[in-house]
Amino acid sequence: MISDAIDNEQVEILLNDVLETHGYDFLEYSHASIKRRIIRLYGLDNFVSFAEFRYTVKTDKQYFKRFLEEITVNVTEMFRDPSFYKSLRNDVLPVLGTYPFIRIWVAGCSTGEEAYSLAIVLKELNLLNKSLIYATDINPSVLDKAKKGMFPLNYLKQYSENYLQSGGLKDFSTYYTANYSLAKFDESLNSKMIFSTHNLVSDHSFNEFQLILCRNVLIYFDKDLQHKVFNLFDGSIEKLGYLALGSKESLEFWPKAKEYKRVKMEKIWRKL
Amino acid sequence: MAETVDSMPCGALIIGGSAGSLDVLLEIFPALRNDIGFPIVLVVHRKASNESLLTDLLKSRTTLVVSEAEEKEFLKPGNVFIVPADYHMLIEEDESISLDYSEKVNYSRPSIDVTFQSAAEVFREKLVCILLSGSNADGVEGLKSVNNFGGRVVIQNPNTAIMPYMPQQAVLNVKPHVVLDSHHMADYINKLND
Repeated sequence: MISDAIDNEQVEILLNDVLETHGYDFLEYSHASIKRRIIRLYGLDNFVSFAEFRYTVKTDKQYFKRFLEEITVNVTEMFRDPSFYKSLRNDVLPVLGTYPFIRIWVAGCSTGEEAYSLAIVLKELNLLNKSLIYATDINPSVLDKAKKGMFPLNYLKQYSENYLQSGGLKDFSTYYTANYSLAKFDESLNSKMIFSTHNLVSDHSFNEFQLILCRNVLIYFDKDLQHKVFNLFDGSIEKLGYLALGSKESLEFWPKAKEYKRVKMEKIWRKL
Repeated sequence: MAETVDSMPCGALIIGGSAGSLDVLLEIFPALRNDIGFPIVLVVHRKASNESLLTDLLKSRTTLVVSEAEEKEFLKPGNVFIVPADYHMLIEEDESISLDYSEKVNYSRPSIDVTFQSAAEVFREKLVCILLSGSNADGVEGLKSVNNFGGRVVIQNPNTAIMPYMPQQAVLNVKPHVVLDSHHMADYINKLND
């Protein structure tokens, strides 16, 4: 990757085009990360000049779909950070189990691995029947993948290890059937999921939840945008509901953080 | 040429290492002076689960402040920032830290290339990057960027590396400012302070 193929000013121009033409606002994303994604895509797709790249992003709707999918990060895995899922299983979900109905929002769900992991834990706690998981992402094409519940088979060994470390009770392979190079997850899991596009930057709250999971999304946002999103979450979490973040993310510098109490050592906070 | 670059104050030191680099780090850190006037960033390949092991090991061997890098934190002189396992680390124009969980680069996350490249543009001729022992070619592309932006490229002498492949690839593909034996590293870093 040629790291100086596109300069800061050109990144700015491109992101302004994207906002004006397509309505997606990336101006408050962490600059270094988004710039790296843009340069990476420019190299991958063999553009010869910034002008050509800019014109294509601006005018070619098909290409913009690819642009959107590639400049956002869609790397995710099942049961990432097993100790986090252990805490969900032991500390959070049993509390929510006392409610008649459980609403969960997985914000920035990408291709769905976290939503399916969560559904598996809910199922093992006999709570899946009274739960609804709203899984949203900015990106329509990753949601199409998430709906299918099919993940590359070569990752399943790692997922199975994560699952067992997180306190999983079963043989992980009972949750999927191998289909060529893909593992197709049991349909009882996604029968309780609702998939929809939602842009954390520009869209509003759409329901009240007892648990919001948003892991490794906010690291791509600058501080101001992080705080806006925390406010959005705050308006979407019921009293005594929970907010779960990625292992390197924190509520710490958000002004309303004192209205939340950390759950043990994990990146989970409870609204007081 | 060498003289003009040498006289440039160091704005940041980034050390990248993979297999076999821990021994060198454990040799370097006890010998560093305690008034280092620039931030030090360590990008070391390791298993995703080995969370704080490296931080703890180094803490016990230096008086400098050692911590795992937090997102949005500012680089501070005299502090050592360790890139967390399973994240890439980039540096913003304002010298704050951005973490990134995107695809592995050179089968690695953190990738040395990612941090070198992003620092190259921010610190330009005030950047010093050291590449240590390792068995893949991560770091080479990053060092090229460092060269392009006028920073200093330091490579461990492959003959003193437990795993010579990584420094070898660097020496073959990038023009280094200096190639150093592992036991001359600490002295070199201490002199960057002058």
